[in-house]
Amino acid sequence: MAIEVRLPTVLRAAASGQANVFVEGETIGEILKALSDSFPGLGNQVISPDGSLHRFVNVYLNDDDVRYLEKLETKVADGDVVSILPAVAGGSF
Amino acid sequence: MLNIPQIYLDEMIAHAIREYPLEACGLIAGTGDRVDGFYKTHNDAASARIYTVNPLDYLKADRDAEARGTSIIGVMHSHTHSEAYPSPTDVAQAPDPNWHYILVSLKHKDPILRSFSIVEGNIVEESVVRVNC
Repeated sequence: MAIEVRLPTVLRAAASGQANVFVEGETIGEILKALSDSFPGLGNQVISPDGSLHRFVNVYLNDDDVRYLEKLETKVADGDVVSILPAVAGGSF
Repeated sequence: MLNIPQIYLDEMIAHAIREYPLEACGLIAGTGDRVDGFYKTHNDAASARIYTVNPLDYLKADRDAEARGTSIIGVMHSHTHSEAYPSPTDVAQAPDPNWHYILVSLKHKDPILRSFSIVEGNIVEESVVRVNC
């Protein structure tokens, strides 16, 4: 089952400039692994060395943050869209 | 150089003032160095010293920008009591070297808006050119 993954501008260079890619997988973890296999420069920007989601990245399944679902175990279905977004933050000090 | 229609300059400054004393944040959309949209976003940190763009607001802005044939090209946030210049926190957490980083300072009597690029920790100011829509 090919799932659409939307990439933020900062990750597109690692995916040959594409904004949307389609990868196979049944869970968010499998999707991100397939993404990493297809685009080796992309994986370590999304997944931490300990195998969890990188803290500076948010991954959405449709309108839901996967951290509030089943994280990497979250199941995906045909027609779902996965969006990867960088965390955008800062401060005045 | 960043070209910004007057309407979006006004919206960014109004947003900063409305959210005071908290830091305000938002995303800018456009193409290249031309701004074609501004999306106010909720500051999840709800703080006078830090900001975190609500990720669902970001997702919705990203979808809307894409539907309009543009993309998110930067972020705006306010500094309520310091200059319109990126802080060490801003630099450390800058998510994209191709983005424009707009700062609105409310430190002085009149708000000051400036724009910067942040690439590998280096801050470079870019001129903001006010354009008519």
